[in-house]
Amino acid sequence: MLKIKWFKGQWIHITFSKVLLYLVMLLLVAFTALPLVYVVVTAFKPLDELYIYPPRFYVSHPTTKNFSDLVVTLGSSTVPFTRYIFNSVLITVVVVFLTVIVCSLAAYSLVKFKPVGGKFLFDLILIALMFSAHVTKIPSYLIVNKLGLVNTYWSLILPNVAVAYNCFLMRQFITQYPDELIEAARIDGAGEFKIFVKMVMPALAPAWSTLVVFSFVSNWNDYFSPLIYITSQAMKTLPLALKTIGSGIGRAGATNAAALLTTLPTVIIFTVMQGKVMETMTYSGIKG
Amino acid sequence: MSKANTKVTGANKQELSVARKANMRRFWHKNWMGYAFLAPFVILFTIFVVAPVVTAIGLSFTDYNMMQTPHFVGVNNYKLLFLDDEVFMTAMSNTVRFAVFTGPIGYLLSFFAAWVINQLKAKRAFALAFYAPSITSGVAMTNVWLVLFSSDRRGYLNYFLMNMGLIDEPILWNTDPTYIMGVVTFISLWMSMGTGFLVFLAGLQNMDRSLYEAGAIDGVKNKFQELFYLTLPAMKPQLLFGAINSITSSFAVFDIAVSVAGMPSPNYSAHTIVAHLYDYAFIRFQMGYASAIAVVLFLITFILGKVVMKALSSKDE
Repeated sequence: MLKIKWFKGQWIHITFSKVLLYLVMLLLVAFTALPLVYVVVTAFKPLDELYIYPPRFYVSHPTTKNFSDLVVTLGSSTVPFTRYIFNSVLITVVVVFLTVIVCSLAAYSLVKFKPVGGKFLFDLILIALMFSAHVTKIPSYLIVNKLGLVNTYWSLILPNVAVAYNCFLMRQFITQYPDELIEAARIDGAGEFKIFVKMVMPALAPAWSTLVVFSFVSNWNDYFSPLIYITSQAMKTLPLALKTIGSGIGRAGATNAAALLTTLPTVIIFTVMQGKVMETMTYSGIKG
Repeated sequence: MSKANTKVTGANKQELSVARKANMRRFWHKNWMGYAFLAPFVILFTIFVVAPVVTAIGLSFTDYNMMQTPHFVGVNNYKLLFLDDEVFMTAMSNTVRFAVFTGPIGYLLSFFAAWVINQLKAKRAFALAFYAPSITSGVAMTNVWLVLFSSDRRGYLNYFLMNMGLIDEPILWNTDPTYIMGVVTFISLWMSMGTGFLVFLAGLQNMDRSLYEAGAIDGVKNKFQELFYLTLPAMKPQLLFGAINSITSSFAVFDIAVSVAGMPSPNYSAHTIVAHLYDYAFIRFQMGYASAIAVVLFLITFILGKVVMKALSSKDE
C-alpha cells in the first residue's frame, strides 16, 4: 500500500488492488468503447485512408465526403437514402409514443385499479418476458398479412406497441406511487383520467423516460420485423437498408457514414436520459 | 351468499337485492375504469403476443403453406425436425454453444463491471462507456467489426497477428467455418454485456448502507465476503431480471450471425435457431414446420427461465 500526503493533510491511499481495479476497468472500457470511437473516426476517413496499408486507427485528413456520397450515390435510383432515415424516424417515434401511453395506462390500471383478472394478465406478462419476440413472428405475420398491412408502416408499428417488458417496467415503478395522493385527488373530484394525465404521468417522468429510451433503442435497431414485413425498397428502415447496401469497394466510405448515422441517435438519447434511466432500473427486479 | 338468500324473508330479500345491485354497480364502476385503461394494451397484447403463441403451438402440428388450409399432421413436424433435419441440428448446436458462452459470460462480466464501477469515481462516464455497445445496431456495428476481422492482410487483426509472426497467411475470419461462430460470439459478447448491466448497477447503487454496517459488526471482513454474503442475496430480484433477459436474448441470436456470415452461411456454420425459423417461415413459407421451430425456441427459453426463477426466487423473503 502506498500512502501519498495530499494537501491539507489528507492522505490518499493507493492500494495495489485499487490500481488493479482501475486497470481492469480501463481495459474493459477500451474493449467496449474503442469500436464506437472507430465508427466515428472512419466515417470521416477519405477513401485512400480506408485502404491504407498498414491499417491505421486514426484519421489524418478528415472529410465529410462520405456523408454527401451517402446521400447522392447510395440511394438506389428510385429511393434516396434520406427515405430510409425518414422511415426509421417515423416508425420509431410513433411506436415509442404509443407504447409509452398504452403500457403506462395498463400498468397503472394493474397497480391502482386492480381489476378482476389483472393478476392473470400480469402472470402472462411475466411469461412473455421469458421468450423472445421471434416466437410470435409467424402468426403475427399471418395476421398482418390478413389485414393487408404488409409493406405498410402499420406492420412495423402495431405488433411492437404492447410489449411485456415495457408494461412490466412501468408496473414496478408505479407500485411506488402513493395511493393517498390519488385518493386525495378523487375526493377533490378529479376524474380518473385527469388524475392519470395531470398527476401520475408527470410524477412518473423518470419511468416513462426510461421506456422512451428502451423502446427507441429496440425499434430503431429492429432488423427482424422489417425483414419479414417489408419487401418494398421504399419502405425499408435503416438497419435493413444498411444490410442491402452492403460494403462494396467503392461504397465503403458511405457505408461507414451510414453506420455512424445509424448508431448515433440511440447513443445520444441514452446519454441525455441516463440519470432517469438509472433511477427507474432500481425497481426492475423480479421477485419470482 | 345464495344460502343466506334462501333464509331471508320477502322484505329482507328486496332490501338485499337492492344492496347487491348497488354493490354490483360499485364493482362495475370501479372495474370499468380499470378495464378501460387496460383495453388498448390487452387488445394488442392478445393479438400480437398471446394469440400468436397459442397459434404457433397449434400450427406446429399442421402442414401449412399459406395457400391451402392447414391440415393436421400430428407430431410429424417435430419428428422431422429432430430426426431428419441435420441443418436444424447444426442450428441447435450453434445456438446452444453460442448461448452457453455469451449468456453466462456476458452475465457475469456485466455484474462484475457493475460491481466495480459502483466503487469507482466517474461512475456515469464508466457506465456510459460500458453500456453504449448494447444500444447500437447489430447490423451497423457488425460492418465495423468486420473491418477489424477483415479476411485480407489489411484487416487489423490479421495485420497484427502476421506482424507478430503468429500466422503466415491471413485468416478468413468470416468465410472459414472454423472461425465464423467465434467471430459472431465475440461481437455478440461485445454487444450483450449491457443487457443486465444497468439493472445491476441501479440495484447496487440503492443497496441499503446499514446492511453493510451490520455486516461489518457480524464479522464480514472484505469486499468479497460483503459481495457474497450481503450484496448478492439482497439483489436477487435484479439478478433474476438480468438472467431472464440474458437467456431470451442469447437464444435469439440472428442479426449478427447473418451480418457476419450471410444466409445461408458457409457450411451452415453460423446457422441459428432463429435463422432456421426465418428460412422455413419467410423464404419457403412452410409455416407449420417453422412454427414447430418457434415452439422449440419458446420451450427452451421458457424452461430455462423457470429454472432460474426457482433458483433466484425471493418471494418468501
